[in-house]
Amino acid sequence: MATRLAAVLAFVATTAWAQDSALDRHVMELSHELRCLVCQNQTLAESNAPLAVDLRNQIKEQVAAGKSDRQVIDFLVERYGDFVLYRPPFKAATFILWVGPFVFLLAGLYFLVRLLRRRRVPEAELSDAERQRAAKLLE
Amino acid sequence: MKRLAWTVGAFVALVVLLAVGLRLNPREVPSPLIGKAAPAFELPLLMEPDKRFSEKDMIGKVWILNVWASWCPPCLVEHPVVTQIARSGMAPVIGLNYKDARTEALPWLKRNGNPYELIAFDENGRIGMDYGVYGVPETYVIDRKGVIRYKHIGPLTADVVQKKVQPLVKELSSGN
Repeated sequence: MATRLAAVLAFVATTAWAQDSALDRHVMELSHELRCLVCQNQTLAESNAPLAVDLRNQIKEQVAAGKSDRQVIDFLVERYGDFVLYRPPFKAATFILWVGPFVFLLAGLYFLVRLLRRRRVPEAELSDAERQRAAKLLE
Repeated sequence: MKRLAWTVGAFVALVVLLAVGLRLNPREVPSPLIGKAAPAFELPLLMEPDKRFSEKDMIGKVWILNVWASWCPPCLVEHPVVTQIARSGMAPVIGLNYKDARTEALPWLKRNGNPYELIAFDENGRIGMDYGVYGVPETYVIDRKGVIRYKHIGPLTADVVQKKVQPLVKELSSGN
């Protein structure tokens, strides 16, 4: 009886632990997508700033309560803005952010092509006199 | 000649872009809460734990919410400015004591003076989270309808008060 009870308890403990670690992993995955506002070059997952800890706990609470990733992310965006997202949405305010690099790339390509075209040396046109001189020299 | 003008023009444009971009303060994240209703809350008062304060108590008034903590050195720096605002009678200043302890906050006020009309006690910072607080001190100007009109992150300075807070409060108070 005692051994059976112990086995049941052990089983319950491991499933609870497995659920917990799956939750933690999910929270960490989500936090890797989110910026810590206190130390701005760190993600919420990496940062140990008190606010990052609070926010991770908040995310964990919400995920545990069955909220979707979208809902959790919306919760943060409502409070801190698109800035918390490492992959901000494409909209009017972020237009330059998304399109800017491609504009620079195209401009760079344009100037590169122009430069290379200009460098191409035109084929030497020889006059008849020059041709004769060259022939003489080559003999 | 034309080519030179183009090159110089492009260079100047780049310098301007960098000069403006690098001067922006990355800590001043534009708050998505501006123009939205101040998040609802009800918290015990710092001084009288059995009394409570809600942002709804301020409907009909233009008011200033100042988030501070005794553990926050910049709060001490801005304290004279907050005191100045409160003394001027420009608008009621409500404090939000953020992630603090009564045993720390009360002596801090005794030492430095208490400019606040009253102080709500946000012990675990949950209300601060709703207000998007990430670096105390932070200050909000809230209008008569309870809409957040302005947010300042970091210590208030006399300059900010004179150029931004005061004109805004005046404008909001004069309208009906």
